Amino acid sequence: MNHNSTRPVGPLVIDIENITKDYVMGEEIVRALRGVSLQIHRNEYIAIMGPSGSGKSTLMNMLGCLDTPTSGRYEFNGRNVAEMDDDELAAIRNREIGFVFQTFNLLPRSTSLRNVELPLIYAGIDPETREEMAVRVLDEVGLGDRMNHKPNELSGGQRQRVAVARALVNNPSIILVTHERDIAAHARRTVHLRDGLIETDHAGFIPEVDLVALDRP
Amino acid sequence: MKRFLYELNESWRIAVAQMRSNMTRSALTALGVIIGIIAVTLMGTAVNGISIGFDNSMSVLGDDVLYVTQWPWKQVDDWWNYRDRKKIKTEYAETLNRMIERTPNSNLVVAVPTSSLFRSIKYGGNSVDNVFVLGTTSDFIVTSTIDCKEGRFFSDTESRGGASVVVIGYDVADALFPSENPIDKSVLINGQLFKVIGVNSRQGTFLGLFSWDSMVALPLGAFNKYFSSKSESDVRVKVKDKRKLAEAKDELTGLMRRVRGLQPEVKDDFSVNEQQAFKSTLDPVKNSIAVAGLFITGLSLFVGAIGIMNITFVSVKERTKEIGTRKALGARRRTILLQFLIESTALCLLGGFIGLTLAYLMCFGIEKAFPSFPIHFSLGLVFASMTVSVATGLISGFAPAWTASRLDPVVALRYE
Repeated sequence: MNHNSTRPVGPLVIDIENITKDYVMGEEIVRALRGVSLQIHRNEYIAIMGPSGSGKSTLMNMLGCLDTPTSGRYEFNGRNVAEMDDDELAAIRNREIGFVFQTFNLLPRSTSLRNVELPLIYAGIDPETREEMAVRVLDEVGLGDRMNHKPNELSGGQRQRVAVARALVNNPSIILVTHERDIAAHARRTVHLRDGLIETDHAGFIPEVDLVALDRP
Repeated sequence: MKRFLYELNESWRIAVAQMRSNMTRSALTALGVIIGIIAVTLMGTAVNGISIGFDNSMSVLGDDVLYVTQWPWKQVDDWWNYRDRKKIKTEYAETLNRMIERTPNSNLVVAVPTSSLFRSIKYGGNSVDNVFVLGTTSDFIVTSTIDCKEGRFFSDTESRGGASVVVIGYDVADALFPSENPIDKSVLINGQLFKVIGVNSRQGTFLGLFSWDSMVALPLGAFNKYFSSKSESDVRVKVKDKRKLAEAKDELTGLMRRVRGLQPEVKDDFSVNEQQAFKSTLDPVKNSIAVAGLFITGLSLFVGAIGIMNITFVSVKERTKEIGTRKALGARRRTILLQFLIESTALCLLGGFIGLTLAYLMCFGIEKAFPSFPIHFSLGLVFASMTVSVATGLISGFAPAWTASRLDPVVALRYE
């Protein structure tokens, strides 16, 4: 897996060198990643593509600090992720990474505002600041008038924008987006076409972050 | 610390939202706790009531009074050593009183003779059987907690003269004079007329234990004149300072040996008793009622707790994906643990609160319907059952919450 970028890049955010990941499935050892090296800088858009079973999801989990590699080096903003324990990983995910899941994974019984506030709660930010930040981001994705609606009261596109707002609210170093295969084929363009991201793009938000689009088999 | 508070707050909101969105399920689960708390609380009130009833009955005896009796109050294994004891005579009281007067710094105040038997009492068409008839002197009120609701106790003169007057207990008055004032009416005891001069205030009765409510007292002179045969006599002695009960007991034993003229090598042929002796035989009974009762009712709370644990496991299972999302967004293990602990605790608290309210209403109803039933609702009980509710929630929620907090975010996010 490699990538080319023609844009000017910022400082190194993700530095992966020769990581592997093995899963034990019964008696068999599945080697999901066999020595991946990857560098991602600030301001880069990266799409990770590959056939089914090629390890995209596994790599995504590594990049998102949801899992640690079996071997190899992973530095996130200069910090060694491979050695971190669960709670340290949780802190990295909370402050440095914004997730936009394919199914959005919004909390069904919470309003848009509460959904967007969630990462800030885990970051220990006080209620007033929290609400202020969440309102601002929701405004930026064009959902200022949908803040008190629950996910089932929103359209698919609006839900996605809530998910994007939730990913942006903590001002992370990297945003990870998982998309369908056919969309991933044109990852960058698609990302722009998706209504939520277009709103933020116009607001001048997106260019500040790198985006790794990873397709799922 | 701040973050902990925000997380706590967040967890509460989730818990409430969760209960609202799963009304039926939460209600059914809480029902288990409700029933458990009702059972435990009612048992608690009953245990409380029994304890108070015992103490109430016990207070009749007085904690600063020694009782000289033929046989000891407590159970003895060697009863054959006691069977030949001579009866206690009412005259001992006078002898004792003279001795007490002559003793400087005596720990004893006064000795009061009492004789008693059971008789029926009649007034007009009403009659009460098996009334405890007590013959005593006017000093009796010094040794006793009774006071008169109406009228008065008999005087020294009436007592010495053996006047035909009587002071009756509350229940006796109630039965004989349902709609009249008993004072100055004459009642028939054993074919003899006695004038009612006083009615005792209500003391309350419990499990058939002794109560002033069902007794009458009359002067010893009159008692001896009309029903001297087959009566039981003992002497009660008031103690000056109840903190020196042991010394007083020794002193009284010494005096009684002199009254009985016992040689130093001869064992006592009488017993000096105190309230405590009676209490120590009753306390184990009281305690075993409490332990057995609370254990059995505790089982129903245990079943409720299992229900809570079960539902929390279900909740963790069906919200696995949510847990994964929360972890991805930065929730730490502790946060997830807290969230589910609070959910189970909130459910238990809700159940506890409803259960307590219902139990209170039941107590209220029982008290209204059966005033004599020993039941006592206290603030301590409220705290206790709320504490038990919270503890139940924490304990039953811990295993599921722990499972949730240990979930691997990758696995949890993939869960469908």
